[in-house]
Amino acid sequence: MQATSSVRETLITGGKTVRDVSEDISRHVENKPNRLWWIAFGFSLILFGFGFYCLAALLWDGIGLWGLNKTVGWAWDITNFVWWVGIGHAGTLISAILLLFRQKWRMSINRAAEAMTIFAVICAATFPLAHMGRLWLGFYWALPLPNTWGSLWVNFNSPLLWDVFAISTYFTVSLVFWYIGLIPDFAVIRDRATRMGHKTRAAIYNALSFGWDGAAKTWMRYESVALILAGLSTPLVLSVHTIVSFDFATSIVPGWHTTIFPPYFVAGAIFSGFAMVLTLLIVTRKVFKLEDYITIYHIELMNIIIIITGSIVGIAYITEFFVAWYGMVPAEFYAFYNRATGPYWWAYWSMMTCNVISPQLFWFKKIRTNIAATFVLSIIVNIGMWFERFVIIVTSIHRDYLPSSWSMFYPTIYDMGEYIFTFGLFFTAFFLFAKFFPVINMAEVKSIIKSSSEQKH
Amino acid sequence: MSSTSEKFLVGIFDDEDILLHGVEGVRGKGVKIHEVYSPFPVHGLDEALGYKRTRLPIAAFLFGLTGTILAVTMQFWMLGFDWPMIIGGKNFVSLPPFIPVIFELTVLLSALGMVATFLIVSDMKPYKTPRSYDIRSTDDKHVMAIDLAANKLSKDEIGQILKANGASEVNEKNF
Repeated sequence: MQATSSVRETLITGGKTVRDVSEDISRHVENKPNRLWWIAFGFSLILFGFGFYCLAALLWDGIGLWGLNKTVGWAWDITNFVWWVGIGHAGTLISAILLLFRQKWRMSINRAAEAMTIFAVICAATFPLAHMGRLWLGFYWALPLPNTWGSLWVNFNSPLLWDVFAISTYFTVSLVFWYIGLIPDFAVIRDRATRMGHKTRAAIYNALSFGWDGAAKTWMRYESVALILAGLSTPLVLSVHTIVSFDFATSIVPGWHTTIFPPYFVAGAIFSGFAMVLTLLIVTRKVFKLEDYITIYHIELMNIIIIITGSIVGIAYITEFFVAWYGMVPAEFYAFYNRATGPYWWAYWSMMTCNVISPQLFWFKKIRTNIAATFVLSIIVNIGMWFERFVIIVTSIHRDYLPSSWSMFYPTIYDMGEYIFTFGLFFTAFFLFAKFFPVINMAEVKSIIKSSSEQKH
Repeated sequence: MSSTSEKFLVGIFDDEDILLHGVEGVRGKGVKIHEVYSPFPVHGLDEALGYKRTRLPIAAFLFGLTGTILAVTMQFWMLGFDWPMIIGGKNFVSLPPFIPVIFELTVLLSALGMVATFLIVSDMKPYKTPRSYDIRSTDDKHVMAIDLAANKLSKDEIGQILKANGASEVNEKNF
């Protein structure tokens, strides 16, 4: 069977048995949610409602409601889009790349991280969709469909179109991967419902589980499917933020026109994605009492990934500056000089503090194994990553070649409202997921109970 | 599968290692196993049961190839032949800018095609009610189902073989 080093720390604590896993995880689906859940869910719905009003106004009146001007034609919309897509990188990274590397600690966190990915990508998609103005025509502008303009096809040379394909493929494949993982766990809840005599619940979860029976032959195919999906998702997850970075890198705008963008964006995406996974899981493990499944060890390993990716991002910032100086292009150099010392200096230095300095605190074992410190730092990282995108996008274009057209960007309530809308959408979806779906992959955790728990034989 | 009465003998195993040895032992005695149902994937069980490797990777490759061909022909035909446009003074048709879409469609079709194939060959669909040999097979027990009609040995003999090979319970189940 499996040889597991005794030096490795146990992944599942509390002496859990296979049966305990079914019980501990299914319980949250079966019981009524507690008061804390209702408060959190209600608050998300309020954000969602307010944001929905702003979004509806935007669709009714047009994107003139945003604070964009002639010089700054892209600001919060694309900043938020890239921010959310970046967050949406952790889930598939955890479930695909860590599966290929046989990292068993992924098993406790992959389900929630994948759910987060899917919701984050939906949130990201709302920004380019809203920016289209006439959303209902978006299909014709974004997809190669026959149309009444004779068929005037989409421009396959444009990175914005590559983005359409990359994001929609990433969303679809992540959704399928996540759902395939859920199927055996839905069957667990179905059979528990049958035993408890809940006929309706059993029927619903049976439909969700596609009539799963757990036959050895099906498991064999299932494992093969999971492995190939992981193999397909690994280049996919790297391609998505690469292509997002092409939106900027293929242009000739000083500050965007850099070849370092693809790896730098991918590292930043993993960095922010893991931070968001930590933010969500620290709350989830507390509310659902999952401390035995998502242990300090899991949190520590995620913090180590944050140090690595945070350091890559830090080196990328410094490299960009070096190349701007070394390249001797005055416009390029000015874009970077202006970033650090111009009117947006505060955004630049917020980014540097949050993304480069703060994750270095995780070098101390005391800090990376402390839940409160991790929670605070995970939020700081995502604030920093928001500023990173804002700095790249707005500071590069707000002072263009003609000083007479220099300008500043001031967000309106509608810019903020749409950002709030995505928060409402994200947390509403996540709380619904946490209530109705098993938040931890039971089948995978059960398979490591013997080799990596404190269970005595 | 539609005969009115199918008689099964069901052995319950508490542990995946006992199950693996059990499968080998039971098959060694010449008993044909109908199927084993587990709450989680047990590594080596497919070999112990003598299953051939799945051909799903081939399906994934073929669907991926379809995606590649589709993306290449679509882009070349649309921008090269159907409506050529001058965009930034570039060639009507050149391979490098087409690569992202080629890659994405390859991955998309490969993933969707393989998963659809998996669902079809495993007969999984939302309106299917699976046969449950023992309801604990999704919780913590491994369930070995033996079709009595497919075996020459008597029910009692098979029951004894199951017990001797680590089954914690042996039950009868008729459909």
